[in-house]
Amino acid sequence: MRLVILDDYDLASEWAAKYIRNRIVQFKPSADRFFTLGLPTGSTPYGCYQKLIEYYRHGDISFKYVKTFNMDEYVGLPRAHPESYHSYMWNNFFKHIDIDPANAHILDGNAQNLEEECQAYEQKIAEAGGIELFVGGIGPDGHIAFNEPGSSLVSRTRVKTLAKDTIVANARFFGNDLSKVPTMALTVGVGTVMDAKEVMILITGAHKAFALYKAIEEGVNHMWTVSAFQQHPRTIFVCDEDATLELRVKTVKYFKAANLHIYLYMLSIRLALA
Amino acid sequence: MPSNKSVSDAPITQFINCRILRDNELQREDLWVREGRILDPEKLFFDEQGYADKRVDCGGSIIAPGFIDVQINGGYGIDFSQASEDVSDGVSFVAKKILEHGVTSFCPTLVTSPPEVYHKVLPQVKVHDGGPHGAGVLGEVLQMLLLQTCLRKRSRCSGTRAPTAAENGVCFTSCKLPCAGFHLEGPFISAEKKGAHPEKYLRTFKSGGLEHLMEVYGSLDDVAIVTLAPELPGSQSVVRELSQRGITVSLGHSAADLSQAEEAVQQGASFITHLFNAMLPFHHRDPGIVGLLTSDRIPAGRVVYYGMIADGIHTNPAALRIAHRAHPSGLVLVTDAITAMGLPPGRHTLGQQVIEIQGLHAYVAGTKTLSGSIATMDMCVRHFKQVSGCSVQEALEAASLHPAQLLGISPKKGKLDYGSDADLVLLDEGLNVKATYISGEEVWRKGQ
Repeated sequence: MRLVILDDYDLASEWAAKYIRNRIVQFKPSADRFFTLGLPTGSTPYGCYQKLIEYYRHGDISFKYVKTFNMDEYVGLPRAHPESYHSYMWNNFFKHIDIDPANAHILDGNAQNLEEECQAYEQKIAEAGGIELFVGGIGPDGHIAFNEPGSSLVSRTRVKTLAKDTIVANARFFGNDLSKVPTMALTVGVGTVMDAKEVMILITGAHKAFALYKAIEEGVNHMWTVSAFQQHPRTIFVCDEDATLELRVKTVKYFKAANLHIYLYMLSIRLALA
Repeated sequence: MPSNKSVSDAPITQFINCRILRDNELQREDLWVREGRILDPEKLFFDEQGYADKRVDCGGSIIAPGFIDVQINGGYGIDFSQASEDVSDGVSFVAKKILEHGVTSFCPTLVTSPPEVYHKVLPQVKVHDGGPHGAGVLGEVLQMLLLQTCLRKRSRCSGTRAPTAAENGVCFTSCKLPCAGFHLEGPFISAEKKGAHPEKYLRTFKSGGLEHLMEVYGSLDDVAIVTLAPELPGSQSVVRELSQRGITVSLGHSAADLSQAEEAVQQGASFITHLFNAMLPFHHRDPGIVGLLTSDRIPAGRVVYYGMIADGIHTNPAALRIAHRAHPSGLVLVTDAITAMGLPPGRHTLGQQVIEIQGLHAYVAGTKTLSGSIATMDMCVRHFKQVSGCSVQEALEAASLHPAQLLGISPKKGKLDYGSDADLVLLDEGLNVKATYISGEEVWRKGQ
């Protein structure tokens, strides 16, 4: 894995956004060859989305030939509800960029048949040629998407019941009223994300530090589902200083040095080519 | 069209680079319009996978719902109270000119006149939506809401009125009733408080209530508002019956005390015609009609609105502030504009009288009695904001949301909610009108 540590939330968001931008630009997507991007929701990626919008406005990137697949959506929450993930994606990303609405895919938590909806979603991903880059976050209980502790590490898109930790964490979006938080969600599986060519996990804040520790310094365990990515060939964890609070000093020092080397190496190549 | 056409394949316009008045605040959002109505872009994106055909760059303008003037007697040489042969043309002419002031809907007002005038004028103008030809004439409240009204009127309905090319193609009512939306100010008003109205045509209520009104007016089909004095004997049943017909009853040109005014409100009255003017002044032991602003005898769930001529002349700024602070949500800006609005200084006719313009003042010729205002609606909005110190949102709502609520036509008019009519006014920081749209079509632009 690659562990990229930035000083604060803003810098981490910027790094992640630049990485996504560069990947898309270097891919040179076109009408015959779309760039498929997996996307998260929540407070962690918010800064990243803001930066991507900025790059779009600046003309540095276009989403015309990008297909997106969101990770999850609540079950039973009306799509127009301000806390639905559809609303989140519309207000914080889609309405500001030039993506074709037909290419923005989000699971429908109000589908008549939830199982069919999940299978159809897997089908759509396959038809799009698989996900090029899946961006995700991590829950305080170490989950990726809504793959709560105990989820199979080879799971596919399905209906999941939310863990207490998750419901409590989300209560702040529902007026701190636990009874208003949805209890079920549709989510991509751990296996679904593992199928992506590259995975980038954003982790910021001290409250996520323990989950990060469990995910990368302990073993692969279905109680901390993000740990599955230890077995993925291309994973990047992007975090801020606060998120590293539970890691060993040795781990942090190693990756900071590694990143410096990578940076200097890339710089030297660029200078050599110039 | 860029959409899967599951709902419509009509073209979609997106207004960008603007601030819109929505939910009582100025939001930095784009405004989407399709088929003359405000569109929900999120639904468009997810349900129809659609996006805009056309983008209009507003250059940072404020977009507010089009202004609604519920008291305007004429303008540009046209006098609505004149029993001429071409009243409809006159109304249309003014309708077009007031687009420049951001007014997209209005109630042509008739001052106290003899029955012949009402019988001649009222039938000539039917309610219609606005369009490139001019602002829309508002009609009765109920027809929009209740099928009963439509059924009752079916006997008088002249059938389906197909929209012409000049109109925007969106008919006002679902059953296409042709109606007009007049404001009848008089003749059932107080002699003591007649203001500029001609005394000889004032009337009192006769027994038979509404039937007598019908004799005088000829028809109430095309009437949106009636101003009357509630202290006149027999007013209670009239107020009640008019309200039940969906006509807004307004108290004005009256010497009523507070309890008489409250009684009228309980019978259904919901508006005060040009507050402070042509009524008893506020007195601390009997606040009169002005006391309605803070009365505790208003039925629950009802709001009493009050018209304010904010031209700097009809109301002292301090009085305007007192009213605004006492009851901000009821303030409705009106122009009470007269024939001479838009014309140069001199003498002109209003109803059955002659008036004289001196600068920004209009007097009954030979007296110092104010005869009406010549300020435009956008001037009133700016003046109101300036002297009350209110926010931009409040100033704009007083000219759009509140009149729409008064007439019960919100949120179709007076709001920029999804589904509302796309009657818009684009304004700069100083609240000067830059462009006016009706049903999403540009009908006036500054500099053209």
